[in-house]
Amino acid sequence: MNGTHDLAHRRQRSINIAATVFLLPVSLIMIVFIFYPIVHTFQYSTLSWNGISPEKTFIGMANWVKLLKDGNFWFAFRNNIVIMILSIVIQIPIGLAEATFIEFVGGKKSVACKVLWFIPMLMSSVAIGFLFTYALAANGGMVSTISNFFGGGNIDLLGNKNTALLTVIMVIAWQFIPFYMVYCMAAYTGISTDVYEASLIDGATKGQYFWKIALPLLMPSIKSAAILSMVGSLKYFDLIYVMTNGGPGTTTELMATYMYKKVFSEYNMGYGSAVAGGMFILITAIALVTMRLINGKEED
Amino acid sequence: MEKQYMKTKIKSTAAWTAAVILAAGMLIVSVLPFFFMVLNSFKNKFEILTNGVFALPQKMNFGNYANVLSGGFVRYFLNSVVLLLIVLFLILMISAFAAYPLARFKFRLNGFIYGLIVACMAIPIHITLIPIFQMTKALGIYDSLGALVGPDVAFALPISVFILTSFMRGIPKEIEESAEIDGCNRYAMFFKIMLPLTKPGLSTLAIYNGVNIWNEFSFAYTLTQSPHNRTLPLAVWDFQGQYAMNTPMIMAVLTMTVLPMIILFLFAQDKLIKGMTAGAVKG
Repeated sequence: MNGTHDLAHRRQRSINIAATVFLLPVSLIMIVFIFYPIVHTFQYSTLSWNGISPEKTFIGMANWVKLLKDGNFWFAFRNNIVIMILSIVIQIPIGLAEATFIEFVGGKKSVACKVLWFIPMLMSSVAIGFLFTYALAANGGMVSTISNFFGGGNIDLLGNKNTALLTVIMVIAWQFIPFYMVYCMAAYTGISTDVYEASLIDGATKGQYFWKIALPLLMPSIKSAAILSMVGSLKYFDLIYVMTNGGPGTTTELMATYMYKKVFSEYNMGYGSAVAGGMFILITAIALVTMRLINGKEED
Repeated sequence: MEKQYMKTKIKSTAAWTAAVILAAGMLIVSVLPFFFMVLNSFKNKFEILTNGVFALPQKMNFGNYANVLSGGFVRYFLNSVVLLLIVLFLILMISAFAAYPLARFKFRLNGFIYGLIVACMAIPIHITLIPIFQMTKALGIYDSLGALVGPDVAFALPISVFILTSFMRGIPKEIEESAEIDGCNRYAMFFKIMLPLTKPGLSTLAIYNGVNIWNEFSFAYTLTQSPHNRTLPLAVWDFQGQYAMNTPMIMAVLTMTVLPMIILFLFAQDKLIKGMTAGAVKG
């Protein structure tokens, strides 16, 4: 009587079993190495603990209260935000400009540009951090040498409190501009040549084509690139840890480097966990709000 | 797929000249630090002080490279290769396993599980660093390559599952449907049909994850300690501790760590670029 229904039921059961089997490895790994550690970090954040001794004291929300009042943490957060904004403002337009240049030039000449502009992407953040530590050294660095050649003195960009953060942002831009270049090149392939040719027949110049036609068509990709850059900037660690370790003073301190210092230099596991937890909450909140804003606008 | 733009007359205007000058400027900016690195790696440590950083080396001096190679570099390199192979295999298998039901099966939690995995892309590794550090100590695998496998795989999975799921959704269903009629069950279907069809997606994913694992720093730095258990990104770190004042030596180490990427770039430029931008997904 219920033959077909029964069959459908059994089919769904076998689908459920298969889904469970296939999803088991991913669930296990992510629970053990992501979800469980996140819960654990929040647990640690209620402790006063040096990470080594068996003596752990429960201190409730004390670490979180301290975090809210910790000027150094909020200054690090401010630095993250500065890097985030300037990364979007510097990297994406230059990457887009490079991609547009390659798109307009075309042929062999553009291949040379593409290859040479891509070079920074071949290096890891750590390698770039070290390279620029030496290249920007006050004594015998690249910038100082050029400045000496023109009669200026040594320039210590990374050691000067006024220029350190901006210098770091420039190095980060050096690293990521090629990424946005190839990203925008990929986006350009989504625009049909017919669109360009039609605009020429209508008498548009290349400039008009770019501003009036290509840019609006590229906008969705640029928005995605901005979200990508945002989340990346808030998580930033490797390069700055290697290059300045937050210094001079706290001028280039980031949430991640601050957390690392608290945990692995000062052995303050409890407070370090609160810093990590705060960083997690801030990043999640900012990511959610931005996605909501951008997706919301698209519906209009 | 090369697009050809029709020639227009505006090429000679001031705007175009400015664009070419800016482009040339960008070329210098992107190449100069690289040039600085390679050039100085051939000098000896006194030469760089007396002749300056932009002078050509007096002679091609491979001494720094010899020192780097005899200074344990090979061990770092091999560690990186071993870790890469293990982690990459696990990432590809596990994410292909996960992507199959997410792309093809209709079950109640599908959307939720997919959303949860993909949302993990935004999670900073630092939130997990302390518990994972404690975990590896408790398991007695601290300071071994094994300590890096779990975290490296876990943080690569969200984006990998995302990419593979959308790739598998793009594969036509007809092949599976006819296989199902032939009595092929879902497990055999995965290995015999889906996995081979997913190969292009897997190779893009292998490059994307391969580059990231090759360059991974935070976990390697936190979970390993002794030079013979560390990976390539830490070679620079350890050499720097030993030769901080010897700039040419550091430049030689840096050049050697970049070398595998340069070789890959020379031989598989398009694949590398495609792989490295695979992470750039629509928000």
